[in-house]
Parts: sequence; structure tokens; C-alpha cells
Amino acid sequence: MWVAPLSAPILKRIAGGAPRDEIAFTLDGRACTALEGDTVLTAILTQGERLRESDFSAAPRAGFCLMGACQDCWVQLESGERLRACTTMLVPGMQVRTGARR
Amino acid sequence: MTSERFVVVGAGPAGMRAAERLVAAGERPIVIDEAQRFGGQIYRQPPEAMQRERRDLYGFEAGRASAVLDRFEALRTSIDYRPETLVWQVEANALQLLHAGRTRTQPFDALILATGATDRVLPFPGWTRPGVYTLGAAQVALKHQGCLIGPRVVFAGTGPLLYLVAWQYASHGGQVSAVLDSAPLSAKLRAAPGMLARPAVAAKGAYFLARLRLMGVPLHGGVTLLKAEGEERVTALTWHAHGTTHTTECDAIGFGHGLRSETQLADLAGCAFDWSEVDQAWLPNRDAAGRSSVRGVYLAGDGAGILGADAAELSGASAAQAALDDLQASPATASLDPAMQPHVAFRRALETAFALPPRWAAEARDDLVVCRCEEITAGELRACVRNTGTRELNRLKALTRIGMGRCQGRMCAPAAARLLAHATGCDLKDVGRLRSQAPVKPLPVALLHDAAPNTLVPEEEDD
Repeated sequence: MWVAPLSAPILKRIAGGAPRDEIAFTLDGRACTALEGDTVLTAILTQGERLRESDFSAAPRAGFCLMGACQDCWVQLESGERLRACTTMLVPGMQVRTGARR
Repeated sequence: MTSERFVVVGAGPAGMRAAERLVAAGERPIVIDEAQRFGGQIYRQPPEAMQRERRDLYGFEAGRASAVLDRFEALRTSIDYRPETLVWQVEANALQLLHAGRTRTQPFDALILATGATDRVLPFPGWTRPGVYTLGAAQVALKHQGCLIGPRVVFAGTGPLLYLVAWQYASHGGQVSAVLDSAPLSAKLRAAPGMLARPAVAAKGAYFLARLRLMGVPLHGGVTLLKAEGEERVTALTWHAHGTTHTTECDAIGFGHGLRSETQLADLAGCAFDWSEVDQAWLPNRDAAGRSSVRGVYLAGDGAGILGADAAELSGASAAQAALDDLQASPATASLDPAMQPHVAFRRALETAFALPPRWAAEARDDLVVCRCEEITAGELRACVRNTGTRELNRLKALTRIGMGRCQGRMCAPAAARLLAHATGCDLKDVGRLRSQAPVKPLPVALLHDAAPNTLVPEEEDD
């Protein structure tokens, strides 16, 4: 199945630092990898440009405060479980949904 | 000696020094930390999988950061440290905690709140778009996750953090497209004498400014932010200064207008609040040593008024000492006032140098989204005032839902209060403050409560 290429992701990793293990997860059903130490927010936004859609307007959201205060980064897993992406570490096998229509 | 006598909430500089003082007095405090690792926000440590040099993480503050972080690490076996634990309710002599999906009750004899601060936000059109973050967020992305919020970033708003974060980005391979300060240059000149209260800090600020200029970063003062452009994500920022409108292309915007104290737990603890002119906010009362108006509750660090990390270390130690003095009924030790004087004087100078835009509320358009949780606009707030005569912030909340969303007013209350004051022709301090309610952050509906709060059964291991 042909999948449209992703737009440029929001977050840009800086160079350097000790090498880190890759972690496999799925994002809207697509197999992806991120790095050990990534939060769920980092894992998603180094691949794409949104975390979720607003409950009220369906406008895209990608977090705001990155410190667990604004509560804008709650995402859902395929299981239905919700988590706050900026304060939750990515673990292998996570199946994350952003609701992006692709 | 029971282990419930002293509970410290927060593990930033204030909480860490409070714990240190308690351990020095022979106590074994409980330190509750919502984060995974201690350090708070300013000395936030990256996840263990990411080893980075302290100088790279904290720049000029590497020495201070190391001193307090290493000290706390050395005390770990003398402290009951509880990371990834949220305090969501405060009762007369107990806290309600959430950890790994389970709640439990934690009694205390003395409670030291060191809950820190977040960015203070004055919204502008488009601020909810992907790619728009607070200055604090831009810093966390870099410090904690080794990421920039975008390849080309515009930094905006005002405050010392504006220049620090812009410089940190420029020094880590980021392209800083512009630094847009809403305060004019003349304000900094007026504040210069006051900033000499802390000459080393003032020198650092001047250094960041000079470096940014040398790097060719466009710096502007007296800026009004007009709109974050773009649909799916931000693509540019349109702004106004000195009679001209500009559009600067970018991939991300980091903005903020100073800091605001996290006071929800002090409120739930029943602390009395007073209006602070310098913070332009309601803050829990504390005496010179850090006692709140409630016996057994102490306040330290930026969570009770913004004075910065160095002052937080002092006030953390002082609050712990006050708690020790009170529980042991010993004569009070020396008041902290003299040591805090330079910090207070410097803070006043910062408010002059980085004053909030005075016409923000008057110029906010009706279609400006003020509450990002529930997308409530300035126009809806103004209509409520017109239609109901509301003059008080909690009433405005009840009628419009401002402050009822998941963030419980953290991001929108400063803006909502200013809009209400402007719409009613009142001073900011006359519109009241949002009453905090438990839970202070969202809890999962399916909660498991630990049945026996005071058992000696060891905690279950995580799955």
C-alpha cells in the first residue's frame, strides 16, 4: 500500500551525544523507530507534525509546555489508554495514535 | 523517629536544599517529585540513556547545578525519594498521591511545598498551532531530549529567559530567525542600575545579548506579536514594531512573558494569598523564613513567588529550618531577609526591563483563543461580562468554562484575568484569582487505591 510521505517533522535532533539504542513502535499503524530516552512526544514529533487533534475544533496540536503543565499532549494508544506524551517515556512496542488522516 | 514527619513536594533547587537541611538535622524526609529524575526544570536532568556533559546542559550554571544535584544524589539513601509521583490533593495533615496508576494517602507533620513555576503566557493569534511552544518548552526540548523545537526558530515575548534560550539554541546549531522582545530597549536601560544588585547575573544577560548580535541574529524591542501563520503547523510569525509590520519565516516559535508560580497545592492546603505587585499575581503568604499562614505548611522557591534558582536554594534551606524549629519548639533561627535582598532587588529590576505589554488586553481581538484546552475566545469572555456583569474570575470561569479545562488555568489564567480587568475597568488585583480544585492534574478514571495507607508492606514492584 503506498503511503504518502510525511511532512517535515517538528522536532530536530541535535548532533552528538553517546549512541542510543533504537526503539520500535507504531504510529497510526505505521512501523517506526525512535531512540531510548525519547519521550512519547519526542518519538512522535521527530517523525511527524502533530500529536493529536483538538477535542473542540479538530485543529492539529503538538504540545506546548513540555513540562507536564499545559496538558495539551495527551495521546491515545491503540488500546484506548491515554497518556501524557511529554512526561511518558517511549517503551518498545507502543502503538500510538495521533488521529492523522492518512 | 517516624518517616512521616517531613514531606517535601518538588525536587528542584528549593526542594533539594530543603531535603538536605532536614537530613543534616537527623531527619529522613519524604521527597515527592512528579518528574522521573530530580532537578526540577532549571536543572532538569536528561533520561539516563542520554549521557551529556553538565557544561553542555547547563552552560554558565553548570557549577551550581552540579553542586546541588551531586549533593542530593549523595543523600539519596538518607531520603525517601518518590519520583514519578503526583500530589493531586492536600488535606489537613495528609496528601493524596498518584504513582503508577495507584493512589495512596501520605500523612505529614510538616509539609514543604517547593512546586516551582511555569512560563507565563499572553496568547497571540495562532499560538495553538503545532510548532508554537513556550520558552521553557524550547529549553526542555534541548536539555532533556536533545532536540530543537525546529530548524528555524523565532523567539518572542519578554523576560531574561528569552535571551538565554535564544543563545542556547544558537549555540547548539539552531538557526534563530529573530528575537522579538515586547519590552523596549529603553526599559532595559532604565532597569540597569537595579540589575547591579546581582552583577554576575546581569553580566551573563549582557553576554547573551552581545553574542546573539555578533551571530547576526535580528533582535528587536517594542514588538507586538500579530499572528503565527500556517495551517497544519507554523510557517512564519507576523509582528509589528516601530510603525512597521514584518513577517519572519520560521519552523517554530518559542515564546513566553516571564514565569508564573504553581500555587495549586498551597491553595488546597488552605494558605492565605496576597497580591504581589512585582509578580502581578496572587501568591501564598510566607514569612521571612518560609512559613505559610497554615501551621505545618512551608513554602519555598519559585512556587511562592518568582525569585530564581539561587534564591530557591536559600529559601528551601530556610523553610526546612523553620519546619525543624517549629516541630522542636526551639527558638527561631535567623531570618532570611538579608540574604534575599539582592534577589528581591534584582527581581524588581527585571520587571522594569521586561515589563509585560501594557495594552495586551486592550488590543486582543475577539477571535483570539485564550483557553487552549477548550478554545474559548476573548470575545466569549467579553460577551459574558457584557451580558452578565461578571467582575470576578471564578464567576467568569463558571459561566464560560475558562480555567475548567485540563490545564486548570495554568496557561490561560494570566490572560483571562487581564481581559476581565480590562473589560470591567478594574485593576488586575480586583478580579480575584482562580480557586484551585482537586485533582490538580488529570487522573485516570480507573484508579486503584492502596487499601491501607500506613501499612509496613513494601511497595509492589512495577510490572
